[in-house]
Amino acid sequence: MKTPYSAFSLLRGALNGQKHWQPAWRDPEPRSSYDVIIIGGGGHGLATAYYLAKVHGITNVAVLEKSWIGGGNTGRNTTLVRSNYRLPQLHNLFEFGLKLWHGMSDELNYNVMFSPRGAMFLGHNDGDMIKLAERGDAMRCDGIDAELLSPKQIAKLEPLLDLSRGARFPIDGALIQWRAGTARHDAVAWGYARAADALGVDIIQKCEVTGFVRDGNRITGVETTRGRILGGRTGICVAGHSGQVAGLAGLKLPIESQTLQALVTEGVKPMVQSVVMSQSLHCYISQSDKGGIVMGGDPDNWPSYARRGQPTVVEGAIAQAVSIMPALSRLRMLRTWSGVTDMSFDGAPIIGPTPIDGLYLNGGWCYGGFKATPASGWTYAHTLATGKAHELNAPFSLERFMTGATIDETAVGPMPNHR
Amino acid sequence: MSGPARAPSGDETIPFTFDGTAYRARPGDTLAAALLANGVGLVARSFKYHRPRGIMSAGIEEPNALVTVGTGGRTEPNTRATDVFVYPGLVAKSQNRWPSLSFDVAAIFGLAAPALGAGFYYKTFFGPAKHWMRYEGFIRRAAGLGDAPTEADPDNFSQVAGFCDVLVVGSGPAGLKAALEAAEAGNRVFLVEQDAVPGGSLLRDPDSGLDPAAMIQRIEALGGKVLLRTTASGYWDHNFLTLTQRLVEPGAVPTNGFAQRLWHVRAGRVVLATGLIERPVPFAGNDLPGVMLSQAVRSYIRRWGVVPGQRVVIATNNDDAYLTAAAIIEAGAQVVALLDARASGPAAPAGVTVYHDARPAGATGRKHGLRKVTAVIGGSEQSFDADLLAMSGGFVPVSHLHMQAGGKLVWDEAAQAFIPGETPQVCETIGSAISPPPAPAVAPAGKAKKSFVDFQNDVSLADIDLAWQEGYRSVEHLKRYTTLGMATDQGKTSNMVALARLAEKQGVTVPQAGLTTFRPPFTPVTMGLLAGAGARNAGAHVRRIPLHALHEAHDPIWQPLGYWFRPRAYPVNGENLAQAALREAQTVRTVAGLSDVSTLGKFEVSGPDAAKLLELVCATTVGKLATGRGRYTFMLREDGFVFDDGTVWRLAEDRYLLTSSTGGADRMAGHLSYVRQVLRPDLKCSVVNVQEHYAGIALAGPRARSILAALTGAEPPRHMGYAPGTLAGTPVHVLAASYSGERAFEIHVEASHAEQVWQAIEDATRAEGGAPYGLEAMELLRIEKGHVVVGGEVDGRSTPHDLGLGGMLGKAGGFVGAAGLTRPALSAAGRNNFVGLVSLDGPIPEGGMLITRAGTSPQGHVTAAARRILEGGAIALALLQDGHKRHGEELTVSSPTRGEKARVRVTSPHFYDPAGERYRD
Amino acid sequence: MYEIACPHCGPRAQTEFTYERTVDAVVDPAADAHTAMQALFTRANPMGLDEEIWRHTYGCRAWMVLTRHRVTHVIEAVKAIGPEALA
Ligand SMILES: Cc1cc2nc3c(=O)[nH]c(=O)nc-3n(C[C@H](O)[C@H](O)[C@H](O)COP(=O)(O)OP(=O)(O)OC[C@H]3O[C@@H](n4cnc5c(N)ncnc54)[C@H](O)[C@@H]3O)c2cc1C
Ligand SMILES: [Zn+2]
Repeated sequence: MKTPYSAFSLLRGALNGQKHWQPAWRDPEPRSSYDVIIIGGGGHGLATAYYLAKVHGITNVAVLEKSWIGGGNTGRNTTLVRSNYRLPQLHNLFEFGLKLWHGMSDELNYNVMFSPRGAMFLGHNDGDMIKLAERGDAMRCDGIDAELLSPKQIAKLEPLLDLSRGARFPIDGALIQWRAGTARHDAVAWGYARAADALGVDIIQKCEVTGFVRDGNRITGVETTRGRILGGRTGICVAGHSGQVAGLAGLKLPIESQTLQALVTEGVKPMVQSVVMSQSLHCYISQSDKGGIVMGGDPDNWPSYARRGQPTVVEGAIAQAVSIMPALSRLRMLRTWSGVTDMSFDGAPIIGPTPIDGLYLNGGWCYGGFKATPASGWTYAHTLATGKAHELNAPFSLERFMTGATIDETAVGPMPNHR
Repeated sequence: MSGPARAPSGDETIPFTFDGTAYRARPGDTLAAALLANGVGLVARSFKYHRPRGIMSAGIEEPNALVTVGTGGRTEPNTRATDVFVYPGLVAKSQNRWPSLSFDVAAIFGLAAPALGAGFYYKTFFGPAKHWMRYEGFIRRAAGLGDAPTEADPDNFSQVAGFCDVLVVGSGPAGLKAALEAAEAGNRVFLVEQDAVPGGSLLRDPDSGLDPAAMIQRIEALGGKVLLRTTASGYWDHNFLTLTQRLVEPGAVPTNGFAQRLWHVRAGRVVLATGLIERPVPFAGNDLPGVMLSQAVRSYIRRWGVVPGQRVVIATNNDDAYLTAAAIIEAGAQVVALLDARASGPAAPAGVTVYHDARPAGATGRKHGLRKVTAVIGGSEQSFDADLLAMSGGFVPVSHLHMQAGGKLVWDEAAQAFIPGETPQVCETIGSAISPPPAPAVAPAGKAKKSFVDFQNDVSLADIDLAWQEGYRSVEHLKRYTTLGMATDQGKTSNMVALARLAEKQGVTVPQAGLTTFRPPFTPVTMGLLAGAGARNAGAHVRRIPLHALHEAHDPIWQPLGYWFRPRAYPVNGENLAQAALREAQTVRTVAGLSDVSTLGKFEVSGPDAAKLLELVCATTVGKLATGRGRYTFMLREDGFVFDDGTVWRLAEDRYLLTSSTGGADRMAGHLSYVRQVLRPDLKCSVVNVQEHYAGIALAGPRARSILAALTGAEPPRHMGYAPGTLAGTPVHVLAASYSGERAFEIHVEASHAEQVWQAIEDATRAEGGAPYGLEAMELLRIEKGHVVVGGEVDGRSTPHDLGLGGMLGKAGGFVGAAGLTRPALSAAGRNNFVGLVSLDGPIPEGGMLITRAGTSPQGHVTAAARRILEGGAIALALLQDGHKRHGEELTVSSPTRGEKARVRVTSPHFYDPAGERYRD
Repeated sequence: MYEIACPHCGPRAQTEFTYERTVDAVVDPAADAHTAMQALFTRANPMGLDEEIWRHTYGCRAWMVLTRHRVTHVIEAVKAIGPEALA
């Protein structure tokens, strides 16, 4: 049994030099076979393993991670958690996740620092405001919180925004979701890992999947850098590498990998309370607990696996951010980084079976899958356990691209680089 | 006497303040040098435990001495005191302390340190998310460093592009020589140096054979560009670098309005002569004011004449620190002990006692310096009275840029350091950065708990040990769990010390333990600089229509539309927007109105294969169009959904004009080009984007025809006809197209001649009792007529059938999107169809949801709402599930976010003249 | 920030160009529906070289095919396409 985390236990540790803590997860040797193999130790893979064990009682599960858990997009994202999408399939899925976020720290006995500080989209003209109202109305009719803010209310929450009428993008109002916010990304991976490990899941790091074991049209296991591992069902959960890993099984996906950059400034005392996004602009701003302003913008919209971004893309996002919040000007950008995002061809994720028996796919999260971590894990676990879709992930099938039932929130069609 | 000091020379002419106290600096002083010269050793508080901190380095790697510089909109928090040169009137303040730097209440966190080790926050503060937010609020206020400015920045930032054959980074001996050689060989050379003066290590260790100033002169004489106070901060793909240049010091008022300049440079070859950063030594209390890097001590003495301490202990594992001993003695201070961790070393200067196999274990301090240093010498402890400890744990090559560029690092065992290896770019590293001096590994001697590794984030050896114990064993886990290397110095002094500890724990060599990657920027970069002029307009230029000035004279309400601005309404007599729009729309319905439609997408397609190209792009038939006729058309994306609409006109046998929506015009231009150039390069035709070439004026209303006839002296074409004409002496295209539902014309004219044409039409229209109308009236008119609009009903998710346009699809197929359209879901039941709504009570909220009753999921939404123009009564357009089959049904429009609701009946969307009788003459 | 050698203009900064799609995703307007949708909705997305269609949008506006490595970002070849490139 692991020592549960609590304030009391920490104080006890103060007396013993914190010597009583065990490793958060074991470092097991891979076994020769598992009921379920999950490829990819990001938040989604780890959450899937946790819910397989917790909800479905399937504990003979391995999570195979090629480097260190949480080091993919989970550990690189800007941690915005919200469910304020216009399309019902999306807001229902993300809302299911948002509810899980609200109890996640207790559920995992790991403080993931989920901070529902409110996330707002600014509107800059009447057209924006109608679109925001439409989105809010769609959410409210489905029982999800959304509220329109007047410029006055915005000023109260975020006094440093430029609310002057003369601004190039004057602020006419906003749609806020108060239950939305941010979380600590690493803690999400670690918390799920620790909890899944406690239920018997093997988390195997430095174990890259390099091929599939095939029996006709069925996948029966994987080849890895640590040997062959057999599995009843195999689930891909590798975000930006979806195309590459599916390619090992001979599948081509409606996914293109692109670089998404983010940045953080040096820490300062609290200046941004909520999460600020915009209906017309492509930047978003929040402040981490350490005080850094975390922000991002559009992806580098051409394919890449390099995790090296283009400087002018970031400069463009910063120009937008400084123009709506001029006080950011003298802060300093401390660090930029990038992740490889799995841009799907309608902007929505894919969670479900593939044309190959025994092989399942969870991917295509684009630049927005962190918020879905619990919902993604929950529904994927359901599918891996039962072989069937949960009602929430049923619309997110791989076939939808060929049938035309795409879920296109931004409505730009099949070109991810136009998204 | 103890602590830092400098004997006055009379050059102390520059006044500045620190925490409100006035001091004086000499020209060339950094703030750190000036503070030390004035005896100030305590300058900051640490991030987590609020421990007192001083000045540790003399360069950009400084982890401790962060201050806020400047005032108002020029306030720069977290400025390294070692990286700002004092200017007259500089205002500096310490940060992260309350009420004062010497008495900081939050230092109490230090007492709780045993409970607040690495990652403690993951183990506590449970309960609902709202509870966490309460703790978080407290943590947020305690964390952060300096206060953020609250005002807009008064200064500008410039951005320029640069090109050179050779870019040399670093003006130390290696960089100077390389730059000079390259310049002499006839290359265009850029030499960049982050310091205010060239020389690098020569400023600390002068070499009589090298005169930086003379070399710089020579480089410049050969046409080279030497950029001082400029940091190569990012090294990107294809030898592209971003340089950041300070035109004035942080917080200073620029003379020409520009505070900094950003260079985007493409270099033929890059030479990195970036030198070394010294490694601190972990021991208990190594973070106190009075503990300094050995080379920094030498710099303060030699470059600035400051003696950072009077009784100095030196701790080293390499020969370089012996030079520091010499400098200290030169300066008249005393070296109490030189602790060399090695068994032997070079000869020490006279008067210096060297202890071998000697390591520092602990230090205790007073306010501005140390009191005592304890050392472990060959297994036994010994104490020294000392006010300064100069430490050197070896050297870390500055390989950041090399690594940003995608380069590999290789391990140098003798130096216990990673040095630049292979690089995919045209780049080499030279000088000490590629050949650091030997410095063996040394096991730390002091208590792990107070032996700091990451000074700014208060990460100690004990934290690294705890992370290891808890399974956070990969470098990245360690870093993230402990926050090591994540402070504003990005681990410049801490990474290697931590890696060594990790390797020791794992029982492996340092390179086996792993390495974290360096990401841009090398040192933090001002956001305003990266924003450049875009900070004022979000990087979005303004597109002006040709008739902008003419409209402006009417003082309209402007409407932004993409980057365009178009008149939304022309209020008179104090009308508000709605009143003006209604009057304008009524005028169009009863008399005539004119409107600016210049922003429409317009493409001239000509050549023998022009029709073939259009039949590919348009989903409606085009080929049968007679010369002088036009048609409504729409275009599909390849996946079968409608993505734009417009009209197509056959101007002549093999010449067509295609119009498309304003918002989609750029997209359409790209699409047409793609189809023409990539899909059908074989076609004999040309596509010219004439969007901005022509201004467009719509003239609509029952009197439009007669007005136009009088103006052109010719019978205007009948509905959907085209005729060239002359108006106000100017050649025009007259297209008899209607958007409003009235008999109407679009008159397209060369943009440069548009004013006289508009003026003539306006005068004639006003004479008939008509008036100009804006976008808002246009919207009322089109809603009543039931025309779809791109961005409204054409929402990127609708099919031609959804929009009631299915009947117009080209029967022969073959157009872009025909294949996508065959996918089953595009014709399945339950799709959103285009319908009209008539209110049974009040106004209909635009964007509201269509529901059968409260608590059920929406079945559609209102895309546009209006009122009947002449009759009154609220109407709307909507997309409704299976809407084509639901005319007559009663539903509720609900807008919970606005608290609005309306009962509506579903109808055809064509409220006005559905038979099109008003188009007939 | 790449340097792309436009076949018509010479080496230019990447900011002047836009990426369109990979060559294998060019849908032949005459293709049957299934083939067309397969081409449109799947990508090889290799961690290596691929052929891509780019446009010199803010330059000469011509289209070209880049052979570009998705990890190293090395552009191995640039080939003109479009009417001008027809023999
Ligand atoms: C800069 C940036 C900002 C973002 N911001 C947000 C945001 O604010 N909000 C939001 O909701 N989303 C955001 N996202 C998206 C979000 O990060 C991702 O959608 C989400 O984290 C995906 O989680 P994952 O677990 O599927 O993927 P990952 O965390 O990437 O995990 C996949 C794992 O698979 C492993 N793997 C890959 N190949 C193999 C193999 N062959 N064998 C074994 N293992 C393999 C990888 O090493 C990796 O650890 C952002 C993304 C980026 C890059
Ligand atoms: Zn070109």
